Amino acid sequence: MITVGIDIGSITAKAAILDERQLKGTFIQGTGYDAKTAAASAFQKVLDVSGYEKQQVDFVVATGYGRKSVAFADKAITEISCHAAGAHFVNAEVRSVIDIGGQDSKAMVISPQGKVLDFAMNDKCAAGTGRFLEVMARALEVDLELLGEISLKSNAPATISSLCTVFAESEVISLIAKGEKRENIVAGIHASIGARVVAMAGRLGLKAPLMMTGGVAKNVGLVRMLEKNIGMPVEISEHAQVLGAIGAALIAQQH
Amino acid sequence: MTDQNRSSDPDREKRKIKSAKKMKEIMTEYYIEAKTAEQTGKKVAWITSGGPVEPLIAMDVIPVYPENHGAMIGASKMGVDLCEKAEQMGYSRDLCSYAMADIACAPINGGPIGGLPRPDMLVCCNNICGTVLKWYEVQARYFNVPLFILDTPICHTGFSKEAKEYVKRQLAEYFEFLEENTGRKFDFDRLEEVGKLSLEGQKMWQAVLDTTLNKPSPMSAFDAFIHLALIVTLRGTQSTVDYYKMLLDEMTERVKNGISAVPNERYRLLWDNIPIWFKTRWLSDKFASLDACLVADTYTSSWSGMMTYIDEHNFMDSLAETYTRIYLNIGVDEMAQNVLKMIDKYDVNGVVLHSNRSCKPYSLGQYDTQRIIQEKAGLPTLMIEADIVDERNFSESQIETRIDAFMEVVASR
Repeated sequence: MITVGIDIGSITAKAAILDERQLKGTFIQGTGYDAKTAAASAFQKVLDVSGYEKQQVDFVVATGYGRKSVAFADKAITEISCHAAGAHFVNAEVRSVIDIGGQDSKAMVISPQGKVLDFAMNDKCAAGTGRFLEVMARALEVDLELLGEISLKSNAPATISSLCTVFAESEVISLIAKGEKRENIVAGIHASIGARVVAMAGRLGLKAPLMMTGGVAKNVGLVRMLEKNIGMPVEISEHAQVLGAIGAALIAQQH
Repeated sequence: MTDQNRSSDPDREKRKIKSAKKMKEIMTEYYIEAKTAEQTGKKVAWITSGGPVEPLIAMDVIPVYPENHGAMIGASKMGVDLCEKAEQMGYSRDLCSYAMADIACAPINGGPIGGLPRPDMLVCCNNICGTVLKWYEVQARYFNVPLFILDTPICHTGFSKEAKEYVKRQLAEYFEFLEENTGRKFDFDRLEEVGKLSLEGQKMWQAVLDTTLNKPSPMSAFDAFIHLALIVTLRGTQSTVDYYKMLLDEMTERVKNGISAVPNERYRLLWDNIPIWFKTRWLSDKFASLDACLVADTYTSSWSGMMTYIDEHNFMDSLAETYTRIYLNIGVDEMAQNVLKMIDKYDVNGVVLHSNRSCKPYSLGQYDTQRIIQEKAGLPTLMIEADIVDERNFSESQIETRIDAFMEVVASR
């Protein structure tokens, strides 16, 4: 059975294709202005990279904040269930998942079968999300992808106290003006996100092993910060960013 | 979907509660009476939702509820505009949006009913929160009318003799306050009669709420949010007792005919905290589309929770305990015990908690309640961060994702 998972996030659209439980291909692109167009395009691209035809696909599950705008999907499932399924797929031992995406962050505790037992999501603002990092990267004139590495050089993280993204950005700007080292500012930003995520995840009572999913998992500096704050190793899959889409394709396999 | 489309939907029509029309009539009549009180020589008192209203009814004073007004403002989506007006007046956005909306309404006769009827006096009981003290002081200054404050100590555990004496003494002052402001002797016999009607009304209201024990349930918490109006505003009157008898009959009939609130009730949920008034329709439809019925809630049932302490044969003596031990004036542990009892009684599959930005006393202990529910009842819980009136504190797509994910968890159990 061939299934496709489409994960429409606020910043990126992801697609994954499975043949039974075999991963056949993944694709990531920007979501852009129109989620519908992004979904159609990601679907086509994942078929292209894996060499399948549309007609061969038996079931499509859409997830992510744009899950309801994927008209061609057979079903919509939240990213919470999909990231849990995706994390369970790459490592069946995983019992907790932290997913930091573009507009929200969430923590889940999952069963040995990969089902969500409990979850928590961030408050409705952008603090502690991928978008927060994006804004900060722009203020610092640093490539988003490089934030992680830069922060590892820091030995004295700066303090970023505001929870509001806009105010935090102005804190960053005044730190720059004061001549604070870039790596310390970046590390401070990570510490701020880390504190937010830990406060949220702490209520759940995370169980090891813990996996981090979502695009922000690529940021090694933030991952280290989380490990320190949570006091637990954080596992990262090479598919971290597409695990939601993989999870969606897996859930589609049950239909 | 437009309202016209909605009402022409035969399924929706079938599930509509017919008694609601009668309640609207009673409420309209009540507000007209209050608005024309000056002409009829009646006095109007504004009172907090948890305040002892029976003495007012006994003295023929018309009670008016700014909090009920707040709910109406929220439901008619006028909250943001009024909260912004309050901010212009100098009130902080961190304040309760009921208070802000009501305070902003007064000078402009704003809101869905063109402002509340002008008060002759204010009665403020702090058993529901501390904000009401300042809110009522503001309004007492604005309308230049006397204010009576009834201070009820929080009952973290139990209820002491001293607390009872303390509140009883204030109640005696309350009766004097009413004598002064109505120019009449306090009628204690009448108070006992009103007390009996209040108790009867509460019993009837609880009987209505208990029709949701049926599976499927003939009504949901969203219906209770609407039909609650009378037990709050006209508690202690015959018309309230009669109305709930009528509503109970309709519910019993619905059960007999298999008419449920939600077309395919598969999951039963419990709601905690005050409704998100501007989103009740959306939430009701959302849960119904996921085959979930909110069969009970801690909010509407708190107006019958008072029954426990009422002494039918000596209402006056039991007033102090009744109004001090209300739901929002007890410890978190006791609140959580109450939730656990409701979980058991209504046989629910999960609990939805509204973390209400405006209401600190209701929302403060919710993380503890949530933990206790998970530990003792092993049920999934959902925390929705929102507000009663101020739509600026509601993010639809985020909340929709939380609800969807929560229902996926409920369904997988």
